[in-house]
Order: sequence, then structure tokens, then C-alpha cells
Amino acid sequence: MAQAKAVSKATPAGKAGSKDKKEEQVDTLWSRRDFFSYAGWASFLGAVGLSSLYFTRLLFPRVLFEPSPIFKAGNPMDYTVGEVSTKWVNDQRVWIVRDDEGIYAIFALCTHLGCTPRWLRSENKYKCPCHGSGFTREGMHFEGPAPRPLERLKIALAPDGQLIIDKSKKFLYEKGQWGDPGSKFLI
Amino acid sequence: MAKVKSGEIFKDISKQITESQVWTSTFRHGYADTPRNRVLQIASNVWLHLHPVKMHRHALRIKFTWCMGGITFLLFLSTIVTGVILMFYYRPVGEYAYYDMKYLQYDVPFGMLMRNMHRWAAHAMVITVWLHMFRVFLTGSYKPPREFNWVIGVFLVTFTLLLSFTGYLLPWDQLAMWAVTVGTNMARATPFLGHEGPFAEYVGVTPRYDARSVLIGGSLVGPPALLRFYVLHCIFIPLVAGGLMIVHFWRIRKDGGISGPL
Repeated sequence: MAQAKAVSKATPAGKAGSKDKKEEQVDTLWSRRDFFSYAGWASFLGAVGLSSLYFTRLLFPRVLFEPSPIFKAGNPMDYTVGEVSTKWVNDQRVWIVRDDEGIYAIFALCTHLGCTPRWLRSENKYKCPCHGSGFTREGMHFEGPAPRPLERLKIALAPDGQLIIDKSKKFLYEKGQWGDPGSKFLI
Repeated sequence: MAKVKSGEIFKDISKQITESQVWTSTFRHGYADTPRNRVLQIASNVWLHLHPVKMHRHALRIKFTWCMGGITFLLFLSTIVTGVILMFYYRPVGEYAYYDMKYLQYDVPFGMLMRNMHRWAAHAMVITVWLHMFRVFLTGSYKPPREFNWVIGVFLVTFTLLLSFTGYLLPWDQLAMWAVTVGTNMARATPFLGHEGPFAEYVGVTPRYDARSVLIGGSLVGPPALLRFYVLHCIFIPLVAGGLMIVHFWRIRKDGGISGPL
């Protein structure tokens, strides 16, 4: 480019020639050579981009071989008012709490770093052994580093009269979801 | 509009890119295609000449560098050698991984030695890489013209930590399971890409499709997570880190050797 300019300045003939050339090109965005060059790069980048997308999708399998998040927790009458049932903690990591109004399920996973807290009946609280977070019977955090209350899980009555709990659907207190339908089974 | 039609806009954009600091510290000057430069391409090739042709006298002073970069690289090489040896016995499958680790320790001749060398070299590498960074910081070697190499070094620190983290899961014992469960829970809070992170609701990520599930191949740390971490640990991260190390060493030479005493 710079060379062409230098030449055009030196000789008037060159100047006229370059002017003609410019007029010729005025309606052309790209020359044919440029067009094929851009088309080549575009198809290369398109192929790379698309295969990256395919690879990203490949990393999310359609089927997971994991335990089902849904389980049946027996008859509602198995749970006595004012008790925290630890029956399902070992198998399902869930506490089932019965109060005057109904039954709700609390996920036994500390909201600090994911350890399993213990229900201490005599102290009426859940206590995490890892960093000492404490939660009330309802799941509210009141001591230790846990930043938010325990999570509640979806609870409903199955057609066969058993409680059915879905661990994939969570109800968070800080989002105001503890009163949502499905967060508590009212009796 | 006239700019778009005449193609001027491409020139403007390319000018903005090529005059930015990131570009000019990555590509210092254009490439003049001369016979001399073609010869130099071969003669100064990093595969043929890892070490510079000449060195400053001060570069040999242990008090100045503590040899920390070199020691880190040596430890990296020992983890590669011992790691490949461990791969002869270790299977990254839920049913076998823990027992293969125990088998290596108690029944394979020198297996315990290889496993412990791998483990201790990895621990030591994390320590020496921090000390190396500390030295570079104290001697001001991160300043221009070495700022590009400092950035490469920051990437290398990150990949060293990722190597340690992915290797942590492979013994497949309780410590590994729960450490990685806690560690990958952080990915839930990734901005945009984690389902509990900021702006997640705009991207539409769910627990099933987010940064954490891609890392562990599911919703909990199970056999798919073990396999993924194994591939990352043995292939992906070492390759990327190795490539960055080549650039890192080559860049020292391009920036005029190691920095001098202040």
C-alpha cells in the first residue's frame, strides 16, 4: 500500500492509473481474492465453532446412572407431632419434621460447605460437625458459619397413601419459598 | 455506512486490536520474511535450544533466583514419570480405583515408592511454584518487558493447582470424595455458568446443565466424576501446562534473559 502511494506520487502516469483503479473498485467491497480468503476463514472458524458446540453438548449425557431423587417415606401417621424423624438420614439424607400443621422434609446438607449435620434432640438443634454451624428445628441458621437456612424438599402424598419426597425440587427460605405449594404437606 | 461499504471498518477494528496492550505484548513486531529470519526460526527453535546461547553472570547466582523455577519444572517432570508408571496399574473406575491404589501400595514392587514420589513431588511443586512467584515479585521481574511472561506464569500457577485438585480425587477414598464434593460445590456459584451463581436466571442454567455438572459428569461425585478428573489430570491439564511452560521458558530468552539484580 505504502509502496503504491510512493510510486503514484513520483509519476503522474502512476497517479492517473491508480485513480482509474480506485474508480473501478468503488462499488466493490471485497475483491474476488479477498472474498475467497474470507470465505475460507469463515468456514474454518465456523467448523471449529460448531465442533466446540458439539463437544460441549457431548459433555452433558442424556441419561445419568444415579440414584433416583424421589423416594417414598411411609405413612404420614408414622410421624408424631413435635418430633424430628432421623429415619431417612442414612439412606436419603433427609429429616422429616412433623408439627401441628403438617409435615415437611429438610435436606440434611449443611449450607456452609455441604457436610451432614446431626440432629441433637436434647439441644433441639441440628449441629454440623465440620465447622459448628447450628440450625433450629425449623432449619433456621443461628450459629456458626452457615450463611443461610437449611433447604426444604418437595413433599406430597402419593396415590397409595405414602409420603413422596422429591429431592430435586428445593424450597429456599431466602427466596421466600417455604410457604410455596409442595414445601409442606398439610394435615 | 460508508465505512462499512468501503471496508474501512475492518481496518479500524484491526487497528484497535493490534494497537492494544494485550496484542503488542504478545506479538512484539511484525514478521519480516527474510532468509535470515527463516534461518533464525530454526536456529532459535525452542525444541532445539531450550537454554539461551549466552547467559548473564548474575543469572547463575542462587541467591537471586533460589532456582525455584527450575526446581518446579524438575518436580513436574518427576510427577510425569511416576504418574505414567502409576497408570500401568490404576484404573479410573468406581469399582477398582480404591483397590488399585491399595494394590499399588502393598503388592506392587516399588509401588508405594512411586505413589509417594508422585504425591510428594506434587505437594512440593505447589510450594515451589509459589516461592518462584514470590521471588519474581520481590525482584520486580513482572515489570515490562516481562509482563507477558508474568501472565503466562499466573496461568501456570492455576494449572498447577488444578493438577493437584484433579489428582486429589483419584485415590477414591472418603477424603477424596468429600474434598472434591466440597471443592466442586464452588462451581455452583460461578457467575452465569453455575446454577446458584449470579445472573444464572438470565442464562437459564439448571443443576443438570451447569459448570458443576460438566465438571463431575452428573449431579454428584460418582464414577463419571472419577473418569473425568482422571482424563483432565492425565491428559488435558498436563498438555496445556506443558505448552504454556514451553512459551514460559522461551519468553525468558526473548525478554533478555532473567532480570538483573536491582
